[in-house]
Formats: sequence, C-alpha cells, structure tokens
Amino acid sequence: MATFNVHVTIENKPGISDPEGDTILNDLVLKGTHKTVSKIKTAKMLKFTIKEKDKKTAQSKIQEICDDLRIYNPMVSKVTVDVFEN
Amino acid sequence: MKVGVVVFPGSNCDRDMYHVLTDVFHLDTEYFWHEKGLPKNIDAVVLPGGFSYGDRLRAGVIAAHSPIIKDVRKMAEKGIPILGVCNGFQILVESGLLPGVLLKNESLNFMCEWTNLIVENNKTPFTNQFKLHEKIPIPIANGEGRYYVDDDTMKKLKKNNQIVFRYSKIVNGSANRIAGVCNEDGNVVGMMPHPERAVESDINPVDNKPSSKIFESLIKKIGVEN
Repeated sequence: MATFNVHVTIENKPGISDPEGDTILNDLVLKGTHKTVSKIKTAKMLKFTIKEKDKKTAQSKIQEICDDLRIYNPMVSKVTVDVFEN
Repeated sequence: MKVGVVVFPGSNCDRDMYHVLTDVFHLDTEYFWHEKGLPKNIDAVVLPGGFSYGDRLRAGVIAAHSPIIKDVRKMAEKGIPILGVCNGFQILVESGLLPGVLLKNESLNFMCEWTNLIVENNKTPFTNQFKLHEKIPIPIANGEGRYYVDDDTMKKLKKNNQIVFRYSKIVNGSANRIAGVCNEDGNVVGMMPHPERAVESDINPVDNKPSSKIFESLIKKIGVEN
C-alpha cells in the first residue's frame, strides 16, 4: 500500500454563474494594471490523503467517494481529481 | 396527531418552529435528534432552519446523510406531509427528496429582510388554505437561497405544478423567482423564507394572517382542530 495525496477541485459547470469570480475579476484584478486577465473562476479544493495499492485505485476510490457522498452537486458542479504520490 | 421537528447539529430555528406549532397552533409536537429514528405515528415532519454542520462543504449536504433522513424518505414515500424551511429546504434538495439546488445568493450577501411570496400551488398540505396567487409577507434569512435547476427539470417543475412559492420581485437571483417547491406528489414542500417568524402579530410588522395559513393548511390536512 502506498500513500497518495489527492486534490479534489469542485467548480461550477460552464453556464452556472460565479458571482464571486466575476467580482474578483471586475472589481479587483481589472481595476489594477492586469488587463490581460479575461476570466476568473472560483473553486473549492479538498485535499485527501489515502492509502491504496496504486495511483489508479486511489483515483477511482476518491471519485467514488465524491459521487456517492455528493461531495459535489452534479446539477451545478463538476469535480477534477488529481492524484499525487506522497 | 403528532408533528416531529428534526434537530440537526447547528439547527437554530427548531425552537421557533416548536413554539409556533405548540403555542400558536396547539399541535402535539416533539423534537427528534437527527441520529435517531422517527416513530411510525408521526403525522407530519418539519426540518427547521439553521446551519446544520455549520454549512460545511455545502449547506445541507452533510445533514442529508444523517440517519433520520432514511425515515424522512420513507414517510415522504407514504405521503406524509414534510416541510423544510431554509436549511431544512437545503437538506431536502441535497437528499434528493426535492429537485434542484440552492446556490449562494447573487449578491453573495447573507440576506435578512422582509419579502413577499406569491402562492403558485394551493394544493399542497401546506398551502391548501390559500387562494391561488395570494401574497404572503414573510422574512428571509439566508446566504445560500438562490434556487437553481437545469432547463429539463424546470420544464418538469412547471408541468407537474411543483413551483409552490415565488418571490413577488427579484430577490436573490433564484430561477423564475422560485422560493419554494414540492415533490411530484406534492406532500414534500421546501421553502427558503421563514413562516415560523411571521405568524405572530407581535413580530410581524405587516400582516401575520397569510403566513399562518401555511400551518392552518397542515392542520386541515392532518385533521386536527385548532
């Protein structure tokens, strides 16, 4: 068994408004000198530590947890699962 | 005839709800801790407002996995009236007992103010004493109250008459100004505004009679004389 660090990023699906991201873009970043930025999306990240036999199993186990326990709401959100070896 | 008020860690409108059910409407009411089951002789269940589990992860999602939700689900299937208010509504959508999701308000602010609802469905156990399109002055108090459903679900809601309450004007960016919905059978109703804060004239500066009909509807449904 090996230990893996897994980053789960929960973000809105395309088309779901993100007023916090819009505010950071329009009222902070674009009011400064950073005019090349065109989009900011907020997201929530959960960092899991898990012991599994390999990276692929760690990935599928965390995805299963996210789906079964509604870690994200599939109507409005999507998750990205990134696995890193410890 | 007994009404159950479910208490989660972080519920904070449970006592207000209990007070209104017992002292104002004289219903036999009992608290039920979320880790325990519901007895079979319950005639209605209320999931009160608050901040179950401190809104961690997402409002209502952790409470939606509480053991008592299995019993709430069974009762929903049997047609027993179930009302979720504010966080209770969030728990009902996160448990899949009601469609949709409640997102952060468009303003990103916690909104605590008086608003007006319009009754869009007067056939539910909590709205049967209203005239269609009757107006209810009522307070809201939430940060995640912006109702959202995808287009297909919205079509189903309209087709099945599942939109129970709408705000009379745009309040928080809710899709179609929706403030409350019901399940397909109509016995499970969720609403963001707080009727338990609006039924007594001492604390309602506008008119306490309309919101009282939410509870009078329940009494009519479960057959208890006031």
